Amino acid sequence: MGNKTSIRLMQGNEACAEGAVAAGMRFFAGYPITPSTEIAEELAFILPKVGGKFIQMEDEIASISAIIGASLTGAKSMTATSGPGFSLKQESIGFAAIAEVPCVIVNVMRVGPSTGVPTAPSQADVMQARWGTHGDHPVVVLCPTSVAETYTLIVEAFNISERWRIPVIFLMDEVIGHMREKVAIPDPGELNIVNRARPRCKPEDYLPFDADAGDGVVPPMADFGTGYRYHLTGLTHDRTGFPTTKRPEVDALIRRLDSKMDKAKQEVTFVDEVLTEDADIAVFAYGITARAGARAVRDARASGVSAGLLKVKTLWPFPEEHVERIASKVRAIVVPEMNMGQLVREVERASKGKTKVISLTRVDAEPISPQQILSALKEV
Amino acid sequence: MARKPITYYLREDKMPHIWCEGCGHGIVLSAVLRAIDSLNLDKNNVCVVSGIGCASRAPGYLDFDTLHTTHGRALAFATGIKMMKPNLDVIVLAGDGDLAAIGGNHLIHAARRNIDITTICFNNSIYGMTSGQYSPMTPTGKMATTAPYGHIEEPFDLCELVFAAGASFVGRGTAYHAAPLSRLIAKAIAQDGFAFVEAVSQCPTYFGRRNKMRNALVMLDWQKEHAVTKKAASRLSPDELEDKFIIGELGTRARPEYTKRYESIIEAATKETDDDV
Repeated sequence: MGNKTSIRLMQGNEACAEGAVAAGMRFFAGYPITPSTEIAEELAFILPKVGGKFIQMEDEIASISAIIGASLTGAKSMTATSGPGFSLKQESIGFAAIAEVPCVIVNVMRVGPSTGVPTAPSQADVMQARWGTHGDHPVVVLCPTSVAETYTLIVEAFNISERWRIPVIFLMDEVIGHMREKVAIPDPGELNIVNRARPRCKPEDYLPFDADAGDGVVPPMADFGTGYRYHLTGLTHDRTGFPTTKRPEVDALIRRLDSKMDKAKQEVTFVDEVLTEDADIAVFAYGITARAGARAVRDARASGVSAGLLKVKTLWPFPEEHVERIASKVRAIVVPEMNMGQLVREVERASKGKTKVISLTRVDAEPISPQQILSALKEV
Repeated sequence: MARKPITYYLREDKMPHIWCEGCGHGIVLSAVLRAIDSLNLDKNNVCVVSGIGCASRAPGYLDFDTLHTTHGRALAFATGIKMMKPNLDVIVLAGDGDLAAIGGNHLIHAARRNIDITTICFNNSIYGMTSGQYSPMTPTGKMATTAPYGHIEEPFDLCELVFAAGASFVGRGTAYHAAPLSRLIAKAIAQDGFAFVEAVSQCPTYFGRRNKMRNALVMLDWQKEHAVTKKAASRLSPDELEDKFIIGELGTRARPEYTKRYESIIEAATKETDDDV
């Protein structure tokens, strides 16, 4: 866009939009909602320039539905929303999970429940991101801690979605979404871009849900309009894609879908360990809270407390190995969250009683401060 | 043009279908297939999308790219498909509950955008899949499991609604008048823009039995007796028209189609890029 330098001052929502385009996203459907709207505005402007398409749908449900439809034609697709809209999209997120349609759903978290505080940050959709739709289903949830990371992590969101044929939830918070920071835009050639596996067989031999034709977990996916003429449904289905209620087939489908989470785990887990080598107390934090956590750890070290940070960018599948390893070395893990304590329960579970787990909560529509975390580190 | 056997368009290995004895949906579906055949559409280029309900099981039996989505959302899924592959012939098959109740918002907005999707509403005036609850198309006074004292709401005139919302083509037919229905659907598919056909179908199992129409024959007779063409209607008095409904082509207009209009956005956006560089 005429910009010669690759260093830019960007807003988080802008980085999300541009990173998605860099990942190859070419279809976006959305509905206006604070604090995510800039993503839609940015994409309405950019997408037609790069051969993509943008549409503002009549509601949130239509938006998620439209991106699933677009993805079936082979286009990488995305929608963006915030809490109330995220709730509305849940049924179709389940459809994407069972029909194995790659797509990325961005939720820039604001204070809830219901309309809550639309303009203020929160991290209270962490459990909804994992369990929002009904039924057992695989889903990966990523959560950036800076504007620069938003750009690169959204690329990973698309890669994971394409590789594993699953919906990926990209959980930002209002601070990351609206904050402006310096971003060194990676050269397009530097980015690792993954595209879904397409069938190599003849259309007459294609079994759209036969994972054995792929890697045993993820079946190759044909684009609509290329002669494969196959069926997709939200009903439990057999390898041909047709509805089944036969118990062994239902069981096999649900278990195969669920196994994606186990198989993908190493590849999709992004956790940065900061000063954890010699730490005897750790902070487990994600999103904007990880930034406060980093500052608190530095300040704690300056005052003689050997603190370390687990900066967690993959919330689901939950990085339990990282937590268990840290739990066996430290006196305590402090878990600051802008909610009433959601992931802290997972930290407790993964710690297996090996350390003390302390929940720090904040729900007054303000981010957690480094001081709040620092006092907790000093008190332990 | 040689007519292909209807089985050419069917996934026969997925039979038997789920519909009850006497259901009108098979007749409506065959009218859709005969329309596709009459237009000589390429099977590889047709995409059929549905929501949830009895009618929405139809795509599973058809040898095209087929998509059975969530309840009411077929048009929204279809919009994403059509936008990214505008050359596909996208057809939505949906029941009256799916389309007019839970999916009503998508119906009026797809019509307003005038996106080139053909929508066939299998209107049997009832929720069949869930065993007989009233729908937005259940006539006033009729019985349903959720209207045990008789229905007190007025149904939509779906064709008027969709045309008012901006569709390029609307029409109505019945399972009884199968051949004209097929010709009407062919016109709808050929129309550039959003096209809507209400196909009056019968549900003897959950609507008929509860409303003193004891079998499909009685219900088909009812369609025959109560459906009148525009021309026939013009000769009837208001009293005679009281319990009738109009079939045939009910509205056609030329309006810019949405995906073609989107090309103007691409043109403006890429021009700006060129100027910028």
